[in-house]
Amino acid sequence: MNIDLPNSIRTGPDERGHFGNFGGRFVAETLMPLILQLEQAYADAKADPSFQAELDFLARHYVGRPSPLYLAERMTEALGGAKIYFKRDELNHTGAHKINNVLGQILLARRMGKKRIIAETGAGQHGVATATACAKYGLECVVYMGAVDVERQRPNVFRMEMLGAKIVPVQSGSRTLKDAMNEALRDWVTNVADTFYCIGTAAGPHPYPAMVRDFQCVIGNEVRWQMQEAEGRLPDSLIACIGGGSNAIGLFHPFLDDKSVEIYGVEAAGHGLEHANGHAASLAGGRPGVLHGNRTYLLMDEDGQINEGHSISAGLDYPGIGPEHAWLRDIGRVTYLSATDKDALEAFQFCCRQEGIIPALEPSHALAQVMKLAPTKPKDHLMVMNLCGRGDKDIFTVADHLGGM
Amino acid sequence: MATRLDARFKACRDEGRAALVTFLMCGDPDPETSLALLRALPKAGADVIEIGMPFTDPMADGPSIQAAGLRALAAGMSLKRTLGVVKAFRETDDATPIVLMGYFNPIYVYGVDRFVADAKALGVDGLIVVDLPPEEDDELCLQALAAGLSFVRLATPTTDAARLPKVLTNTSGFVYYVSITGITGAATPDYSRVSEAVKRIKAHTDLPIAVGFGVKNAETAAAIAAHADGVVVGTALVDALKHSLDGQGAATDQTIPAVTKLVVELASGVRRARTLAAE
Repeated sequence: MNIDLPNSIRTGPDERGHFGNFGGRFVAETLMPLILQLEQAYADAKADPSFQAELDFLARHYVGRPSPLYLAERMTEALGGAKIYFKRDELNHTGAHKINNVLGQILLARRMGKKRIIAETGAGQHGVATATACAKYGLECVVYMGAVDVERQRPNVFRMEMLGAKIVPVQSGSRTLKDAMNEALRDWVTNVADTFYCIGTAAGPHPYPAMVRDFQCVIGNEVRWQMQEAEGRLPDSLIACIGGGSNAIGLFHPFLDDKSVEIYGVEAAGHGLEHANGHAASLAGGRPGVLHGNRTYLLMDEDGQINEGHSISAGLDYPGIGPEHAWLRDIGRVTYLSATDKDALEAFQFCCRQEGIIPALEPSHALAQVMKLAPTKPKDHLMVMNLCGRGDKDIFTVADHLGGM
Repeated sequence: MATRLDARFKACRDEGRAALVTFLMCGDPDPETSLALLRALPKAGADVIEIGMPFTDPMADGPSIQAAGLRALAAGMSLKRTLGVVKAFRETDDATPIVLMGYFNPIYVYGVDRFVADAKALGVDGLIVVDLPPEEDDELCLQALAAGLSFVRLATPTTDAARLPKVLTNTSGFVYYVSITGITGAATPDYSRVSEAVKRIKAHTDLPIAVGFGVKNAETAAAIAAHADGVVVGTALVDALKHSLDGQGAATDQTIPAVTKLVVELASGVRRARTLAAE
């Protein structure tokens, strides 16, 4: 593509929250003053060393960071190509990368004096992380979750309830993640004075995409020094799954200016990209549009009505994607691929048996592409896959599908 | 040249009363009934007509208007057909102002320049686009104003004095004051606060101020009308429509009378407020 790029592509977004043509602040007037206040509060926090110090302390002592960079030896041998490393963010407290972002936002909410936290959740991982941080700090927590997801992610519903959160099953629309986000936004519009909306992915109105990215960059920053320690150099490729794309942007962003590093994002192709409305790959099958506060690629019909999409993974079942990914795709810095439900299930089983690690269905999509890409690479190629969540929550879903296979 | 909106608000002011602004979702419950409903509104007492452009994900709307949008979409409504309904309405009524209300994505996908040109040509007077704050004015607002459409902005209880001038810049036709923080169809506002808020906005603009959210009947309409230049009613009308439908969600012979009966009642409330104010 003939786009003039600055020396660094890590400087976005601009002051209006734009990554190229994507991002922005498409919200109701009721929320605008609060969004501006949040932007200011986050800028102040970023400039305050004590904020980062507190976050670092929590990352180490509460989350268990740094998460290991683990050489998947048997998988490397079985695939016969690239040397495969897993970034083990599934070992974090609460079992996924989501806690990295949540702790940052909750510390910010405390600085802003907010006492009530709301969140949306798909797979339940963000909801569990939010409920966890709210329990730790004694904050009221309300989690919106699509009724379909409440059914397919029961274990996480129980966990959130144990942690004292109130779960609101959302019955509108497709009753999945996008509807949970609509409902959370409706709550926020109504309770704007005392409520902090803790968004779970690198999407939504500015400053959320940049803020969530910043909190997740701990993943890529660790990989940088860990790979230096393990191999004495940078990795050659990075791979992560993408729903909204927060784990992926957290891994990718610190490496965007390192031109030697190949970067791959993997969307959920559900039943297959050829099935209209049967997948959740908004880059592969969508067009630019405006939803949930930002412009990005969306799955929609010709009238601009949002499609429901489908993925076996509740965490990837979303018709949009973070705006920075939309831009990185258009400028060609990141290559976006996809994996079907079936590919993900096969990768899930392969990982269990080869490495003794039960991955979540979300990173199983990234693993499916590792299985395709690794054999095409030389043996000295260093490939890092973000194992961003553990699969305990998915075992019943997987059992159902395997039983029917 | 005075626009239909300017002329209508002035006519109401000359009568010493607030304007009644009614909202219905285009295509609810089906395109034909919807057009018949819109045509019946002016005679029942509606001064300004807001027509909802259905959208799958209306983030600022409560359950009633969400459901209305889904009924309309299920009946085949689209943005293109919404403009077709406006065209058909204009064939028999060239005076009642029409304001299209909805969310940005369908307009963005239709094409902003094409949309403002088509809307103006077919007889639309103004736009209310919920998810376009002044920070995003170059997305649609400036193009709409250039095409001769009014761009009606929402002001809310969270819009403070520092922000108000920004919200009022590029606003035309009227200002829509949302009297509570919340989604459509939620609580009833505190009327004394509404009065204060209208005064606060009037200090910054000569535009008429219409107030909405929480208006359900003649009493609430009269309470708002005593303080504002316009009273906006949406959810109550959408609910009246819904209750007239049969078990399958189809229109019945009660659908049009159910809506117009409520509009007549609301119009009487608006006019009663004038009487009270005059005494």
